[in-house]
Amino acid sequence: MPSWDELNEGAAPEPREYGPITRTDMVKYQGASGDFNPIHHDEEFAKSAGYPSVFSVGMLQAGILAGFATDWLGAANVRRYSVQFREQVWPGDRVVCSAAVTRRYEDAGERKVDVELLCTRVESGGAAIKGEATFVVV
Amino acid sequence: MADDSVIGKRFPGYEFPIERGKVREFARATMSRNPDYLDDPAAVIPPTWLIASGFWAPDDLENPVASLNISLARLLHGGQEFTFFGPPPRVGAKLTTESWIDSVYEKEGKRGGTMRFAEMVTEYRDENGAVVAESRTTMIETGKAPTEGS
Repeated sequence: MPSWDELNEGAAPEPREYGPITRTDMVKYQGASGDFNPIHHDEEFAKSAGYPSVFSVGMLQAGILAGFATDWLGAANVRRYSVQFREQVWPGDRVVCSAAVTRRYEDAGERKVDVELLCTRVESGGAAIKGEATFVVV
Repeated sequence: MADDSVIGKRFPGYEFPIERGKVREFARATMSRNPDYLDDPAAVIPPTWLIASGFWAPDDLENPVASLNISLARLLHGGQEFTFFGPPPRVGAKLTTESWIDSVYEKEGKRGGTMRFAEMVTEYRDENGAVVAESRTTMIETGKAPTEGS
């Protein structure tokens, strides 16, 4: 885990690629989270709703991005994790997670960093998830 | 969307125990290999794990989202935030939830038209009654469902 001295503004971990994300990955996430909206696993339902196929639950890629961030700064150190959903993720998509420190500060006796997070679709280059997080640095 | 009377009304929750198997299953499903989630018997929860609590609610529980009176076909999950007031809770903890609609507002959409937003907050308390985490869900009511579009 990087030390306080290493976490200056702009400090960033090596980006990491995940996927291709399969229908099985989507179903696995739905089972783990309890969100069984059929639009994410029932092809006929998704098509009848006007989509070309099923698509991933946004919280799956939000969860992947969260795991990428806690691999970098520590599972027990996270204090805030916030995401906005942008492009949908489709079966076969690969995504790349990246992050960078935006602020390094002390707050109520704790050392903290704010980081910006991005989960990008390799195929389109577009953002699937834009996120922010706060970690304590111990 | 909703009338203002729903804002701030507390919806009592339910008990939500943090089980090791569910934490591990969730970590794997989100493609994590982190031993802090997978191998630690007293693992902390992954940052987005609390989202699963909403689906564990008893079927007959009154739900703040239903009170918003939005057609589910027009409801989008716009954003999600989790705040932890200390280290994230660990396996073995028994959390209790309470939810409310925090705000309802409108914004002009980039492509014209008004978009309506609602924010729901869920608070998680531990066995001692301390608030250990909070979840904030931003919901967007779109003008048209994809199936209603051209």
